[in-house]
Amino acid sequence: MVEELPKILGHIETMETLDLEGVEPTSHVVQLENVLREDVPRPSLPVEKALEQAPDPQPGGFGVPSPGRS
Amino acid sequence: MSADLLALSGAEAGALVRAGELSATELFEFWRERAAGDELGSYLWVADGPEGDPPAGSALGGVPVAVKDLFCVEGVPSAAASRILEGYRPPYSATAVTRLREAGAPVLGKTNQDEFAMGSSTENSGFGPVRNPWDPERVPGGSSGGSAAAVAAGTAPWAIGTDTGGSIRQPAALCGVVGLKPTYGAVSRHGMIAFASSLDQCGPLTRNVADAALLTAALVGRDPCDSTSLEHPEGVTLPTAERLEGVRVGIWGFEEEGLDPGVAEQCRRAVALAEELGATVEEIELPHAPHAISAYYVIAPAEASANLARYDGVRYGRRTESDDLLEMYERTRHDYFGEEVRRRIMIGTYALSSGYYEAYYGTAQKVRTRIVEDFRSAFERVDLVITPTSPTVAFKLGERVADPLSMYLSDFYTTPASLAGIPAISIPCGLSEGLPVGLQLIGPAFSESRVLDAAHALERAIGFEGVPRP
Repeated sequence: MVEELPKILGHIETMETLDLEGVEPTSHVVQLENVLREDVPRPSLPVEKALEQAPDPQPGGFGVPSPGRS
Repeated sequence: MSADLLALSGAEAGALVRAGELSATELFEFWRERAAGDELGSYLWVADGPEGDPPAGSALGGVPVAVKDLFCVEGVPSAAASRILEGYRPPYSATAVTRLREAGAPVLGKTNQDEFAMGSSTENSGFGPVRNPWDPERVPGGSSGGSAAAVAAGTAPWAIGTDTGGSIRQPAALCGVVGLKPTYGAVSRHGMIAFASSLDQCGPLTRNVADAALLTAALVGRDPCDSTSLEHPEGVTLPTAERLEGVRVGIWGFEEEGLDPGVAEQCRRAVALAEELGATVEEIELPHAPHAISAYYVIAPAEASANLARYDGVRYGRRTESDDLLEMYERTRHDYFGEEVRRRIMIGTYALSSGYYEAYYGTAQKVRTRIVEDFRSAFERVDLVITPTSPTVAFKLGERVADPLSMYLSDFYTTPASLAGIPAISIPCGLSEGLPVGLQLIGPAFSESRVLDAAHALERAIGFEGVPRP
């Protein structure tokens, strides 16, 4: 990977040959602004179901090792 | 009866079920057996049985659909072919899957893919590669390689996949089937395991254009669960065109250095047929399209590096145990992400890092603007842009694995429409070296019906025969 990444970046850098002076960036092609919906409560995933796929489910939460050691 | 069922398109089989001449249960069982007998690695999971009778008179008539692994299906393994999600059974289903079920297409199975859709050969699957039904020594393309191979080999009547930079169109081309990437926003992304959110789009892989239209019509529409989805302003109608009179076609990319002469020849032959059908053809310029690969391989990895942060061994998926939290995160991601996924996370985080952001991500976003403008200018002169879909036919397994850049260049013709968010279809247009060649038709945003109509007329004129079956 040490050899591949510079090669890939080298290809990407060919973009620098373009004249992009004053061009606006595009982050998203669909022109959407502030898509809102009515603030109506609706049922969400039950807690048990949300925890079902976790590697270490705990009552009401996700179990993780201690964050304090490092 | 079995041989007859295999010969039917999705639309034809659905019509027989609606007419009461074929039972949906018998049809499902036929396809379930075909899928279970797959020997190409196309499937990661096959359903045990149907999900009950299809709604009466439903548009898709009970014809089962093969679904790319990255679509969440409630209670069904959905891992995006990544070891980090091995065994994950989502608590909900993707909107695309729900819409197809409601339209009468039950889930037949989950198809193999490149891990998190990152790849152009399906060799990056965490669960083994898929082989091309035309030649098992070759790749089916990717990332929706399982869906393409299943449709081509007749182990699925039709399928859905996702396309971020060509992941529906390129495997469709390499397997000799039809693949459509709809306009960005036309189909909900809710429940699709995310790769690059500003590009990902769901679409069909089918035997013919009419089937692609039928599935697309069922898939499109605004979904409150995806705020980037839109109501399709024109709707998607079934194709009927037999001629192309009055259609202005612009061709692009036929003189590219990396284009295989055999592929170019078949694509030129198809363009000549378009002219015979009444289309006017002219060469057009898309001056920034050759830079689409560079922009794409910054933007997609940048978005992926953010999207894949969620795989940390906490809420779902696999975990490598450690008594330290940070070490647990690091080991989990190291142990369960494949090499290509790690490579793209590194490129993406590098491109977004302070000091390099403007040079890479900022520049790529400006190139994206230029590509959008190139297409806008082109569509002032022509109705459709036609290009080859892939510069080569299917390559051999292992051939490009050691050289990621050569793999990325497979997407030369497909990334421009991805960055512009516009619809594009690949249809088979002939054989080169005994392997299928794909032709790409690109239209303006939300022009799906016109693109499908033109593809339908051309398909009839080309008369492509599917994969030879014993």
